Amino acid sequence: MAATVINPALPGRQAVPVPSVFDSVGRLTNEFFEWFGNLGIFVWQVLRAAVTPPFEGRELVRQLDEVGSKSFPLVVMAGAAIGVILALEARYSLSRFGAKSMFPATLVYSVLQVMGPIITGLVVSGRVGAGMGAELASMKVTEQIDAIEASAINPYRLLAVTRILACILMLPLLTLAADASALLMGWFAQSLVEPLSFHQFIEKGFKGATFNSFLPQTFKTSVYGLIIGLIACFQGMRTRGGAAGVGRAATNSVVLASLFIILADVVLVKLILVVFP
Amino acid sequence: MATAHDIAIKQGRPEANGSAPFVAVENLRKAFASHKVLNGINLSVSRGETLAVLGRSGTGKSVLLRLIIGLETPDSGSIRIHGQNIAGLALDHMGEIRKKMGFLFQHAALYDSLTVGENVAFPLRHHRREMSSSEREERVRQLLAEVGMEGDLQKMPSDISGGMQKRVGLARALALEPEILLLDEPTAGLDPISSGEIDDLILKLQRERQMASIVVTHDLHSARTIANRLALLDQGNVVIEGEFEDLRQSDIGFVKEFLKQS
Repeated sequence: MAATVINPALPGRQAVPVPSVFDSVGRLTNEFFEWFGNLGIFVWQVLRAAVTPPFEGRELVRQLDEVGSKSFPLVVMAGAAIGVILALEARYSLSRFGAKSMFPATLVYSVLQVMGPIITGLVVSGRVGAGMGAELASMKVTEQIDAIEASAINPYRLLAVTRILACILMLPLLTLAADASALLMGWFAQSLVEPLSFHQFIEKGFKGATFNSFLPQTFKTSVYGLIIGLIACFQGMRTRGGAAGVGRAATNSVVLASLFIILADVVLVKLILVVFP
Repeated sequence: MATAHDIAIKQGRPEANGSAPFVAVENLRKAFASHKVLNGINLSVSRGETLAVLGRSGTGKSVLLRLIIGLETPDSGSIRIHGQNIAGLALDHMGEIRKKMGFLFQHAALYDSLTVGENVAFPLRHHRREMSSSEREERVRQLLAEVGMEGDLQKMPSDISGGMQKRVGLARALALEPEILLLDEPTAGLDPISSGEIDDLILKLQRERQMASIVVTHDLHSARTIANRLALLDQGNVVIEGEFEDLRQSDIGFVKEFLKQS
């Protein structure tokens, strides 16, 4: 039962109900399940729209450019920075254990299996998630999405399916770009201290590696793309509350997508280890 | 109070002879949480007619239009478009119905990432795929010329005024040659001269195309100019429906107050 307090600021010292801890937990639990319920309905609408023609090829191409081409420079820079950081840290750690010769393999495996995918996912989540969430939220509050629907065009097919598909298709390619950038800059950072030809670096780094060592980790980023697209579209298309709502949609898109990417990675890493031992 | 059919007989409208109106709303109810917005509305509009729906702010006028176009679902009642009840129809089944309707939103709702020309071409690109790009361009020019915006094809919505955005919104609403036109506060936020220009434009288009039009407005002057009939809403009900003279001669307190304040 909610407690009450007397608020001296109100006329007549009126009693003000104060929600108890149980009320707050109950409300948060409600909101939690309501959010997932609404997300489930949204996913169903998107799936139905995705498999029914006519398909929005033109809009898909536009989104592939938005998500892919325009994220490319940022992802490459992030990859380069990660490559340098890993090179510096790995060199120091490996030197302590007398394992400097393991540097190329350490860098290659670290980048391709772990850091490349996750950094790409988080960077794209920030750039694309926020942009997509804000764009769709802005369209929602200015009735543009209603106008699309009133024009007898399925807004889920035009707006959500194209964006989600673009994210799914582009994330693996962006991950490859980030990986290449990280390896190149990692080699370069190492070469400044201890010269090593790029050919030797690649030969030693990929020695004994198979496609299974790296491809599943690269293609798992399609799941990151699905998460980013889905969360951003969901947050954007159900926005309420004007400019404040647009801001909330953008922020929530980034925060939730980033969180779900990290949580999904826990499951995906285990899955890959089981399926591709 | 007279039924829609009685009024139709008095006014010699098509549905008096048994012809189905293009739009017929029967006993329509809609509430948001505990707030009843529409409490059993009965209205109908036939080909070539313009019905103005008036009322105070927050009386459900815009909700009525959103229900007719299917953006909201009624709690009960029916909405018949050419005799077919569309109340509660799923999104997938509303497509063919919506192609017969044009909707002008209160703030035009132009797609801000597209130019003026691309905005008007948008419905044509999706629903007239058999048109070549040159045919589509020509059609867009014709539509923009009808609303006096033919020179602004390449401009972005943010580069044009509110009145110009409404004109473009109107051109977009007419792209698929609709039989039914829904206008949500077409003169809201406009100066008197721009309002008059929009009214004249609506009258001209109505004369040429003979659509069944429903205009939601709180602007009595505009309603008198463009509408054949007026319906006044209060607390979710139609208080009176008829020509302006019927409203002027009414003894109902709310009607008198509304006319006095307008």
